[in-house]
Amino acid sequence: MTDNNYDEIVQLLCDRLSSLASADVNITAETNLISDLSIDSIKLLNLIMEIEDAFDISIPINALADVQTVHELACLIAKIKSAS
Amino acid sequence: MNLLEKLDAAAAARKAMLPEGVGAFGIPIEEVYSATEARIGERRVLLLGTNNYLGLTFAPECIEAAHKALDEEGTGTTGSRMANGSYYGHRALEREFADFYDCCSGIVFTTGYQANLGTISGLVGRGDTVLIDGDSHASIFDGCILSGAEIIRFKHNDMADMEKRLRRLGGRAETTLIIVEGIYSMLGDQAPLPEIVELKNKYNCTLLLDEAHSLGVLGETGQGLVEKTGLLKEVDFITGTFSKSLCSIGGFCVSNHPQLDQLRYVSHPYIFTASPSPATIASTRAALQLLRNGSDLRKQLWKNCTQLYTRLKETGYILGPEPGPVIAAILDSPKQALQIWHRLLENNIYVNLILPPAAPDGKSLVRCSVNAAHTTEQIAHVGETFAKLYHEVLQP
Ligand SMILES: Cc1ncc(COP(=O)(O)O)c(C=O)c1O
Repeated sequence: MTDNNYDEIVQLLCDRLSSLASADVNITAETNLISDLSIDSIKLLNLIMEIEDAFDISIPINALADVQTVHELACLIAKIKSAS
Repeated sequence: MNLLEKLDAAAAARKAMLPEGVGAFGIPIEEVYSATEARIGERRVLLLGTNNYLGLTFAPECIEAAHKALDEEGTGTTGSRMANGSYYGHRALEREFADFYDCCSGIVFTTGYQANLGTISGLVGRGDTVLIDGDSHASIFDGCILSGAEIIRFKHNDMADMEKRLRRLGGRAETTLIIVEGIYSMLGDQAPLPEIVELKNKYNCTLLLDEAHSLGVLGETGQGLVEKTGLLKEVDFITGTFSKSLCSIGGFCVSNHPQLDQLRYVSHPYIFTASPSPATIASTRAALQLLRNGSDLRKQLWKNCTQLYTRLKETGYILGPEPGPVIAAILDSPKQALQIWHRLLENNIYVNLILPPAAPDGKSLVRCSVNAAHTTEQIAHVGETFAKLYHEVLQP
């Protein structure tokens, strides 16, 4: 994983998330997907599907269980992308 | 928050959704009169929320067989299939299931839930992949979790999404188990099996089909979706339950791969639980014979399904995409669903209420299950009542 790659992923995640979250939340790599953003689980699942298509990967549900922050999601995506 | 406080928080969230005093879940059935009628509280209700698809809960053949087994073999086996719990009846039922599906191997489990847990966790493990439908039953999902395999979901019945995910798997497709259901329990729609088989062959995966709701319901002899589509030989493993059209409890897996038998030695949900009681096995064996020869029951069942589906659709209800024994009215809010459910009960009709997150896409469902024992008049009465409530609750 190059840093560049990671930064791009974080940027894309922040962009997508800000379109779902309320306007006053500033989304960064440290943002907690569940506690900081009040997005319901269905919207979050749909967002994951969009992200999967954007990177042409499938994110296993069990791997998602360990993800809390934007940073952790970005690392997971980078890991899956580099393995495929 | 300590452990008990977490439960309190969950209870508070549940109560916020369900007003005090509404016991929609786990409602006590005080007396059962027949395959279609029971007493709830002081009401004699029409049962339209059971999985008794062929209406065999009181079939004399099954009751007689169960009585005989009870008298001759006692109330329970008190042990695992691997130890003292494999009686003649368990092995005979396994042979009968294998024969029914023209397969070489069959295994009987203690419940359908365990059949999925035991089969999935026996077939795949760490490093393997399961590709499951987004609307999969919890027993499939839990089986996948137990297995340790990577779980990937595709959009419900969406073949383009499924293929996309198979392609993304690359070389890992070979160690991938695809899992789908004959009839989905939430909306009553069927899996597009011909397309799924095509993809399974193209990507060289293994396919498991859960016929829980389609056994006894689809196909000339009631094998399920495999028979309706003529694809029996293309499906690697079939699981199912005794708890719906067979009217007892238990589950099974059949396969034409002799390797299925190996599951008996590795599958914890098969080994570390007691086997079904002799009476359960005896009534299931009798019911399987009735099911195989039950084409008249299936005709009646489908007549009833079409009658209710058409009536509800004409009224304006939003339903699942095709008629079947599971007919779900899809409602926007839990409040609407609860109101309709409640008013149906006041009109002496019992159906199932399904609220988020159990229902797909955040919707709420009022779900009917039709069976072969319902009369045309009973179905017409249910249709009338739904129509009346549509105007009273949804379009006041
Ligand atoms: C699709 C599906 N599979 C498996 C099961 C589990 O069956 P059982 O009731 O025998 O545990 C069910 C029943 O709820 C089901 O709907």
